[in-house]
Amino acid sequence: MQPNQNVMGTSTVMEPTPEEIRDRKLYSELGLTPAEFEQVEKHLGRLPNWTELGIYSVMWSEHCSYKNSKPLLKRLPVDGPRVLQGPGEGAGVIDIGDGQAVVFKIESHNHPTAVEPFQGAATGVGGIIRDVFSMGARPVALLNSLRFGPLESPRVRYLLEQAVAGIAHYGNVVGIPTVGGEVEFDATYEGNPLVNAMCVGIINHEDIQQGVAKGVDNPVIYVGASTGRDGIHGAIFASEELSEASEEKRPSVQAGDPFMEKLLLEACLELVQKGILLGIQDMGAAGLTCSSAEMTAKGGVGLDLYLDDVPQREEGMSPYEIMLSESQERMLLVVEEGREAEVKEVLDKWELPSAVVGRVTEGDRYRIFHQRECVADIPVKTLVDDAPINYRQGEEPLSFREETAASYMEELTGVDPTEALQRVLAAPSLASKRWVYQQYDSMVRTSTAVRPGSDAAVIVLDGLDKGLAMSVDGNSRYVKLDPHVGGATAVAEAARNVVCAGARPLAITDCLNFGNPEKPDVFWQLENAIDGMGEACRQLGTPVVGGNVSLYNETKGSAIHPTPVVGMVGLVESRDHITTQSFQQEGDVLLLLGANFGELGGSELQQQVLGMISGRPPQLDLAAEKALQSAVLHLIQAGNVSSAHDLSTGGLAVAIAESAFAKGLGARIDVETDLTVIPYLFGESQSRVLLSVPKEFAKEAMAMVEKQGVTCSRIGEVSGEQLSIWINGVEVVSEQVSSLQTIWEEAIPCAMNASLTN
Amino acid sequence: MRFAVPVFPGSNCDIDCEKAITTVLGEPVDFVWHTQRDLDQYDAIIVPGGFSYGDYLRAGALARFSPVMEGVVKAASEGKLVLGICNGFQILQEAGLLPGAMRVNDHLKFRCDIQPLTVVNNSLAFTQDYRRDEGIQLPIAHGEGNFYCDEVTLKELEQNGQIVFRYVGSNPNGSVEDIAGVSNREGNVLGLMPHPERAIVEWMGSQDGAKMFTSMLRYWEEKIGAA
Repeated sequence: MQPNQNVMGTSTVMEPTPEEIRDRKLYSELGLTPAEFEQVEKHLGRLPNWTELGIYSVMWSEHCSYKNSKPLLKRLPVDGPRVLQGPGEGAGVIDIGDGQAVVFKIESHNHPTAVEPFQGAATGVGGIIRDVFSMGARPVALLNSLRFGPLESPRVRYLLEQAVAGIAHYGNVVGIPTVGGEVEFDATYEGNPLVNAMCVGIINHEDIQQGVAKGVDNPVIYVGASTGRDGIHGAIFASEELSEASEEKRPSVQAGDPFMEKLLLEACLELVQKGILLGIQDMGAAGLTCSSAEMTAKGGVGLDLYLDDVPQREEGMSPYEIMLSESQERMLLVVEEGREAEVKEVLDKWELPSAVVGRVTEGDRYRIFHQRECVADIPVKTLVDDAPINYRQGEEPLSFREETAASYMEELTGVDPTEALQRVLAAPSLASKRWVYQQYDSMVRTSTAVRPGSDAAVIVLDGLDKGLAMSVDGNSRYVKLDPHVGGATAVAEAARNVVCAGARPLAITDCLNFGNPEKPDVFWQLENAIDGMGEACRQLGTPVVGGNVSLYNETKGSAIHPTPVVGMVGLVESRDHITTQSFQQEGDVLLLLGANFGELGGSELQQQVLGMISGRPPQLDLAAEKALQSAVLHLIQAGNVSSAHDLSTGGLAVAIAESAFAKGLGARIDVETDLTVIPYLFGESQSRVLLSVPKEFAKEAMAMVEKQGVTCSRIGEVSGEQLSIWINGVEVVSEQVSSLQTIWEEAIPCAMNASLTN
Repeated sequence: MRFAVPVFPGSNCDIDCEKAITTVLGEPVDFVWHTQRDLDQYDAIIVPGGFSYGDYLRAGALARFSPVMEGVVKAASEGKLVLGICNGFQILQEAGLLPGAMRVNDHLKFRCDIQPLTVVNNSLAFTQDYRRDEGIQLPIAHGEGNFYCDEVTLKELEQNGQIVFRYVGSNPNGSVEDIAGVSNREGNVLGLMPHPERAIVEWMGSQDGAKMFTSMLRYWEEKIGAA
């Protein structure tokens, strides 16, 4: 069918003709290259009209097609005995036994947050929740990973304040607990903050849904908020660098309505329970276009869409606008012909707008009708499966070779240990995040056993003894200094956190936040980080079951630190195994597992003292990591561990302090070491865990650990209200836990309060 | 003892209330969709927390017009127990069943924490299993919990023993006289911002909420026994 080439009559704005699009190269405004435009022309066998061009441009954007990252993502392991659904659907699904599965995914909303932080962050949460319940799962937990510039900047304080409020608002209203996350601050994110939101859901195996259209003549049902002009081109916006002009893209940011989301969630889960749905997909990035095209392509069918039947918020919307709108809280359903009334009954109960907006057809045509005219007619596979792929070449930057020298050691080792500890605890990246997480309802649904503030959050499963541990992690400084090691470390640390909570790591979801992949050094970072992550995932037996790629995180031509963020889910076999990082009782013996190499490259201390990072990050021996995790989990499951804390940013000194804070229990450390004080206390060597165990169990615990080939030393005990550290017979730190805690607790509230007066 | 948990569009602590009643008391509990007017078959009603109607206009302001509120008002007038938790408290205030009004937290942010409280009045059907002035810990999670009433009302509340819970330590929302929960004059309707249903077993971090449910059951059993 030849679609109407003259659609001007249907729109409030004059749309260019196909010839104008070609002659004036208007496709470049939609982010398409001349070569891509030629491909479109070839696929259609004619010139595209404006609506068709819009559809191609969003479907072929990096955000929807992964055209720059697909070849690299194929290198990640996606299979495993527990994987029920890998990448490619709304979210990954992992078997957890008892006929149940855990469904989870992480996604970025960086660009929207940069220009409109409240709605940008809020709708990021909304989108990831829909990804999970479109699988048929009940969302049970939210986490997030945030990156901002230094809090000295009023703009950064505004961004943090609003982004956190937006995340809180959305999750709290929908009634899903936000149980964990991380927030880090670095100048690299000043113009380009990162907001990565993760959602975890629970499902019975038989309820797992797919985003697919099937069965000729079956109706396609639209449900949820009506379609407005908000968010048009959001997917393209997310695939460009940020610039001064980005403020003009503010209309590309959608406005969220968590109340609508709650209704949509309950209605969709009711339909899942009734077993009515054949296919369901969220209208997320690229809205109606992406959801309908992907479902159609996946089903190997065609589709007719009738835009006049789409619930609309505004009058006079053109097909282009309806197809590209990213209005939130919308879902597309495919059901068996004749069951429309059953569906409508449920949707009406929840007072949700809904309409049959299309039919599944034979063949492969994706056709759009508006005011009785065909306005688009596209072979659907060309939108999805035939999207262009860019095979890029990375290039190792010169600076990587030059960074090897560890010339900073001398300057760092001269710092007074107590002062170093105080500075590191006051650094916003390490300081208490209570100011952030107390704005999130972390307890709704009454399943949260470990709330924010420990290594990993834990929720328990109703009616069962088991639970899920969850963590999000990513240290971009390590990745900046060595993408391969940094990528692997992100996975290892996330797994270690989950192990410290008493869980066996199951699988990960990842969010890859990088700069412009067209730059060879950025592509090199991406490539190496992915390889590092893949290696760690294989070694630790945690496949990647889904995720998101966010490229073009740049401002004024300068890329952010490469920031892969790993969301890990682990299985706690029994509630008795749930462990936190807090010291529990006076007299417990402190055991340090793993070897300390005193590595300060990319460390928090280096950043604090020198104002920059250099050298190489801590090295990672994945075999040692695996042995450590196995030993820790073994000890916890044996039932004799009071607390377990992963050593990460800030090293041993910070780990001890953090473990002391929750109950105000101090520690006396007394060690002999070949290292000097600063590298010993603040080095960030990987694969280490601090345990406290009851005295009577200490010897046996050490023997158990050493039997597994893991270095273990007794470094002191939980005692008093003082943190006292003796190294080689000299007391190098002697501070009240409470005074250290004050520094740690007040750093962020003090920095943020400035925003009220400045 | 038969419990009803009315469910409004946007309620999100309804399931938690049901779990608490089942876990602590093992008594029957039904979810009642907001369009149902008749609650005659129930002995007690728990109006759950959440964001009914998205808290649009004002927390609780829309829910109070739902048909089910006719049943709630009737139950209250018959002397049955009506407990409003968080958003349920706000709804009962809007419906005129409880005194005062709720303002946005004084720090303008949502606050979730485990909060120390004292039981000011332990002579109510809801609190009889607590000791007088008992220090307890209950989770809070709200953005509009800043209880307000005028001086005259405050004096009345104090004189009538209608102030049932107060915050201890730092007041998390700026409420008048650290008020966390109030009852009606008759004592059969209680509203509180903290969440007793989130503190019933050890792993939740506090079990102090359980006594509110056991109090209600004991009251009902004694009333039935006396009849």
